[in-house]
Amino acid sequence: MSALPNTTDLSIGLNAERFATHMGQRAALPDWWLESKKEAWNQFNALPLPTRSDERWRFSNLKGLDIEGYLLPEEASIHVPQLPDFAHAAEITFSNRQVVGRQTLPPELIEKGVVFAPLNEALRDHGAVIRKYFQKYPANLGSEKFVALNTAFTATGAVLYVPKGVEINSPVIVQHTLSGDHKAAFPHTLVILEDSAKATLVEYFVSAVSDEVHLVSGVNDLHAAPGAQLTYVGVQNWSRRTLAFQTNSIAVERDARVLSLNLHLGGNQTRHESHSRLLGSGAHCEMLALTVASGDHEFDQRTLQTHVAPNTSSNLLYKNALLDQAKTIFSGLIVVEPDAQKTDAYQSNRNLMLSDDAAADSLPGLEIEANDVRCSHGATSSRIDADQLYYLQSRGIPAAQANELLIFGFFEEVLNKLEDQKLHAALSTLIQSKIKT
Amino acid sequence: MADLTDTHTLEAPAETVNPVSGIDQTRGDFQYKVDYAFDAGTGLNEDTVRYISNVKKEAPWLLDFRLKALKKFESMPMPTHWATKDLENINFGKIRYYLSQGQKPKRTWDEVPDDIKKTFERLGIPEQERKFLAGVEAQFDSEAAYSNIKEIVAKQGVIFVNSTEGLREHPELFKKFFGKVIPTGDNKFSALNSAVFSGGSFIYVPKGVKVAQPLQAYFRINAENFGQFERTLIIADEGAEVTYMEGCTAPKFSTSTLHSAVVELVALKGAKIQYITVQNWANNVFNLVTKRAIAHEDAEVKWIDCNIGSRLTMKYPGVVLKGERARGEVISIALANDGQHQDTGAKMIHAANNTTSNVVSKSISVGQGRSTYRGMVHIPKHLKGCKNNTECDALLINSNSRTDTYPAITVRGDKNSTQHEASVSKVSEELIFYMQQRGLTEAQAMSLSVNGFINDLASQFPMEYSVELKRLIDLEMEGSVG
Repeated sequence: MSALPNTTDLSIGLNAERFATHMGQRAALPDWWLESKKEAWNQFNALPLPTRSDERWRFSNLKGLDIEGYLLPEEASIHVPQLPDFAHAAEITFSNRQVVGRQTLPPELIEKGVVFAPLNEALRDHGAVIRKYFQKYPANLGSEKFVALNTAFTATGAVLYVPKGVEINSPVIVQHTLSGDHKAAFPHTLVILEDSAKATLVEYFVSAVSDEVHLVSGVNDLHAAPGAQLTYVGVQNWSRRTLAFQTNSIAVERDARVLSLNLHLGGNQTRHESHSRLLGSGAHCEMLALTVASGDHEFDQRTLQTHVAPNTSSNLLYKNALLDQAKTIFSGLIVVEPDAQKTDAYQSNRNLMLSDDAAADSLPGLEIEANDVRCSHGATSSRIDADQLYYLQSRGIPAAQANELLIFGFFEEVLNKLEDQKLHAALSTLIQSKIKT
Repeated sequence: MADLTDTHTLEAPAETVNPVSGIDQTRGDFQYKVDYAFDAGTGLNEDTVRYISNVKKEAPWLLDFRLKALKKFESMPMPTHWATKDLENINFGKIRYYLSQGQKPKRTWDEVPDDIKKTFERLGIPEQERKFLAGVEAQFDSEAAYSNIKEIVAKQGVIFVNSTEGLREHPELFKKFFGKVIPTGDNKFSALNSAVFSGGSFIYVPKGVKVAQPLQAYFRINAENFGQFERTLIIADEGAEVTYMEGCTAPKFSTSTLHSAVVELVALKGAKIQYITVQNWANNVFNLVTKRAIAHEDAEVKWIDCNIGSRLTMKYPGVVLKGERARGEVISIALANDGQHQDTGAKMIHAANNTTSNVVSKSISVGQGRSTYRGMVHIPKHLKGCKNNTECDALLINSNSRTDTYPAITVRGDKNSTQHEASVSKVSEELIFYMQQRGLTEAQAMSLSVNGFINDLASQFPMEYSVELKRLIDLEMEGSVG
């Protein structure tokens, strides 16, 4: 590892020395993987931090993007938060870069060739598949530097591979837990559904203690081959002092359907990027997100729906409830490429303002280069409807409770898109506990 | 289009008649020889600015203002991090920043030189009509060549002059509001305008005066590589009402020209200003305009903005809603044909309680044309009862037409509401088929559909403008089908 560049000047934390150690511990992994890590490390050092002139960071708090002084946790923590339980097919729990819990798939699924394994194990046993899909379609929405940092240091995350025609009927769960002050996490999850396969993956991102300082950069590659059906649910509940980036890429091929729902509850400053590509005729993608923004925290969400092929559809619905001095940014774009005739795309951002000090920025965008399309977007910001509140109160429901009910009603539209009722209930529980604190 | 190389002769090119609407397609495609008595040459530096200020016999504070603006212009980067890279094709060194007939604005029609009258005739405004229209101020290149305020308007105490005259005759009033709505450094092009401006209108409507007839100004570019930098300032005093109309045509040239105006409107308490623009510059013009209004308590400002011509237009009329219950409105129509990019939109800055704003934008992209809506709605902290409604509809005619929508909405607090909606569609095939069945050609059916698409907005224009608009759309839709 002597050829590693020594360009970083971070006094502690994620410096060249720590990267060299990280690489040294991974000598057994495939060469292409180590190469891509080296490349990413160079890229991370070469790329500047976002600047004010970068439109992709418009309205973001750039001063908050301080990534210095963080350390990789060296040991697993015994603090693994309890999360609402529901029926699932398999589970992997990471704590501080270690696997601390694992429920393997039922034997019949393993026999059919389904793989659900921690990243390092999958790299060893199924390297070719990972190589094919790893960052095949980068999200490219502004966080390239933080994605490079993820690739350089990633050691955790899960790989779910479902072969042609295989269906997994209950969700598989990945849980990422981080503990220890000034610790960093770089999870990377890959989901690959072959032709006509079906699966649901639920991913939790949680801090063990609510006031520890954390840095996280997570990346996901989600791939649905022709006819596949993927449901992805991401639940983010990092500590209230976490700086977190999550960069997701969704590739949807011919006649495949992907539903992606992200629930944002935690973090001090979090940025979530999600780029869906509709690559084959008949592809459909639902992009959903719910945010409960409280405290003085910032939730920055950037999305892109790229319609590459004709006859594709996408639907985006991002709902934010804003309390206290919270700030949300929604910046979305629908791109219809010249060949993507007969595109049907929708994009909607709804902000529910629950405090006079909260702020919502909304940038819903369209770039249309084909004419035979149906594209529209909408953005609204408003408070709870006074008539609805009055109605509930007139039925004897106290104002506070009525408010809560209406906030739930606001979120219900999105949660109802989940087929799995138990998963729906689990997410409701999480939202409820956040709203009540 | 006719060969452009021989348009420098006095003879106008042969008229070709549009079989559908009887429109002369070469209208605006001509140029008369003009002796430019004052010409600042090409390129921009301190001497250019001093020259302009000197010719106009300006007060020292204004020269100072211009020189500061020039520095600002030079120090500001091109906004290409969000705007189109096409801006880089402007060669500031090749542009003439000032030329004029060297004449004082004329008071009566008889005093207007014949060759200029000829130009106006070619614009299709008969003399009779011009005399009838109230306060027509026609701008010929940088200096107003003709200015006539109808007696009734003048009797009401309304000042309607060009900006140079305004500065000379009403310095106190001018200075009080000048540059207050749009600061020099607002953007690179407002800085450029502040450095080299000449021409444009200065209007003051006294307290409680309601100007019944719209005030009009016709603008024209008539020199190759010539940039036009008007500066318009309109002040409507308390309870006053005024409508201003601005229409543009320009000859077509082979090299790019630059038009960069600054328009400032001040609507004092309870005043109403309506500003109407029909922009039809030639397809080689960069039209980079900053337009903004301040609306005080109970005031209303309405921008009606129609963009059909130019190579690139960047224009986002704005209203700063400064007083309680102020209302701002932007009605925008854009039509982008081959080689054109209409980058237009609106800005609504809410700065007082119970202010409301409404933006309705309709764009049509034909051929390889590109239309862009860019908007900003800002409702800062601790305001209440503010409302914004924004609607953007885009129509794409051909398979290679392009449209973009980039709104930015910021809302703070829980006592306001905003809603934004945008849609993109094409002309329904059933509609075209139905009309063809009834004997219309495809082009006629398309024209009718497009006119229908903008009809509810076009009907808000004064009669002569909406008629002209309809004709222009017919003209643009020619050859877009088949």
